[in-house]
Amino acid sequence: MAAPAAAGAFEGIDAEREVIWGFTRPQLITFGLMLGFILVAPFFLYPVFLMKVLCFALFACAFNLLIGYVGLLSFGHAAYFGMGGYLAGHAAKVWGATPEVSILIGGLVAGILGWLIGMLAIRRQGIYFAMITLAMAQMVYFFCVQAPFTNGEDGIQAIPRGKFLGTVSLSADMSMYWLVAGIFIAAFLFIHRVINSPFGQVMKAIRENEPRAISLGYRVDDYKLMAFVISAAISGVAGGTKSIVFGIATLTDVFWSMSGEVVLMSLVGGLGTLFGPVAGAAIIITMQNYLAEFGAWVTVIQGVIFVLCVLAFRRGVIGEIGRLLKVRL
Amino acid sequence: MDFFGIPAPLLFGQLLLGLINGAFYALLSLGLAVIFGMLNVINFTHGAQFMMGAFAAWMLLNFFGIGYWGALLLAPIIVGITGIILERLMIAKLYKLDHLYGLLLTFGIGLIIEGLFRNEFGSSGMPYRIPAELQGAWDLGFMFMPVYRGWVVVVAFFACLATWLVIEKTKIGSYLRAATENPALVQAFGINVPRMMTLTYGAGVALAAFAGVLAAPIYSVNPQMGSNLIIIVFAVVVIGGMGSILGSVLTGFGLGVIEGLTKVFYPEASSTVIFVVMAIVLLARPAGLFGRA
Repeated sequence: MAAPAAAGAFEGIDAEREVIWGFTRPQLITFGLMLGFILVAPFFLYPVFLMKVLCFALFACAFNLLIGYVGLLSFGHAAYFGMGGYLAGHAAKVWGATPEVSILIGGLVAGILGWLIGMLAIRRQGIYFAMITLAMAQMVYFFCVQAPFTNGEDGIQAIPRGKFLGTVSLSADMSMYWLVAGIFIAAFLFIHRVINSPFGQVMKAIRENEPRAISLGYRVDDYKLMAFVISAAISGVAGGTKSIVFGIATLTDVFWSMSGEVVLMSLVGGLGTLFGPVAGAAIIITMQNYLAEFGAWVTVIQGVIFVLCVLAFRRGVIGEIGRLLKVRL
Repeated sequence: MDFFGIPAPLLFGQLLLGLINGAFYALLSLGLAVIFGMLNVINFTHGAQFMMGAFAAWMLLNFFGIGYWGALLLAPIIVGITGIILERLMIAKLYKLDHLYGLLLTFGIGLIIEGLFRNEFGSSGMPYRIPAELQGAWDLGFMFMPVYRGWVVVVAFFACLATWLVIEKTKIGSYLRAATENPALVQAFGINVPRMMTLTYGAGVALAAFAGVLAAPIYSVNPQMGSNLIIIVFAVVVIGGMGSILGSVLTGFGLGVIEGLTKVFYPEASSTVIFVVMAIVLLARPAGLFGRA
């Protein structure tokens, strides 16, 4: 799916010039604002809520790497998010690993899972790709229902936050928050680096015109698979971080509705924009927080947002702001 | 009488259950394939519309006193009309865009429908009685066959056959096939293609609702009954490929049977076997068993 935000991207030539680290000036300003918010917010808002937002923002950024820059719609990203959560939880609780190692294990396993599923899924395109990733994710879900280490319906509970590098205790929300913020910013910059690397240029070429990229001699399948693995691994890191923060890993995170949620977050924020997934995650998580008491209405409202975004608001929040300011964000 | 150490009633009982599941896979994947062929939209709402069919049957009975036989006719018409409205109001706006937007839109609509039904009826199921004419069981000698289950398999088979006949052997069907190949040319011949697309969507949705009515007495009628089924049906569609009507019917029934047999021989894998088959088919024949690359 060609990212709608890319349309009219080169309207303001000056604003498009790279300033530093592959950021254009408006992007750098936005990044600064985001960084400032992350640093200041925990003193005004509930840190646990902010950590949840950051975990989902990272998840959405990883998902957006595929849809926004390679044009692949994965409808099964819950598998990597949930699996990362389970493995990080298991490592921290049963193996007694430190939190950063647990999270890395979660990301690693999610990456391997992404490699296995990605190999199958890239054999088909478009609609079929979405259906295959969804079906394989459902298979992972059924696996998690039955596998002994996930504890079925109960999930892995009472996962210890442990000590960062074996020394700094994370039991206080504020110390946990700085770790989560660090992981988020590092992964965000990593994704940005990937997008702006020569590898990223090929990804975008595949999105724009796959047959042409093939005819230019690029092994398109290798690029797609690599992007898929990176996206899955970062989703696993996001899921692992979330389970360390909340001390619990459950079937909810592997279920298809979670795959739908990450699609929704990216769509609301703006597919193919750098900051869209972050804004989208913040919006959706905030909404869920306020609407939690309404039960099934949350599903209805999410559905309505889906429909509205697809029918009338395809650029998303950040995409629309970028269009108004004639810059790419 | 034993087969591979499995008592015959157990084996044939699971085979029958497999055939019934297969009947639903076949009906639903058929509807998806017909809609996709004409509209180029993967109808993610299909599961919710299957559920609406079952609920329509339940409501017709409890609010209007219309029984199973009436519901079998009326529920598909009612749900089909809601599908037509949906297509006109929303889905038709997306034909010029990337196909994936159609998927996202119908996913959202599915969430809305499921959420609304969950608000109204809760998550627990409602019972729907088997009609008096189809109660009881036949003694086949090696097993007891509940009449209703046999009926579902036979009716689903004939519904698939009828759909195939309409598409392959009637004039309307020939228009449909032509419009699937080249809508612009068919429109140039003076056939109202947008209206055909609307009616095709309505018919595909009606087929899902018909399956829902058939399912109502077997499964309990509940808001989630469609959403889990539809993911399996997606796998069925990937395995069969959406190019051939008979192909999707055959794949549907076949996978139901495979699932039933897995329940007998290796129950732990019964919920995942279809996805494993999908993975194998993707490795061996990426275009699907009956698909064109």
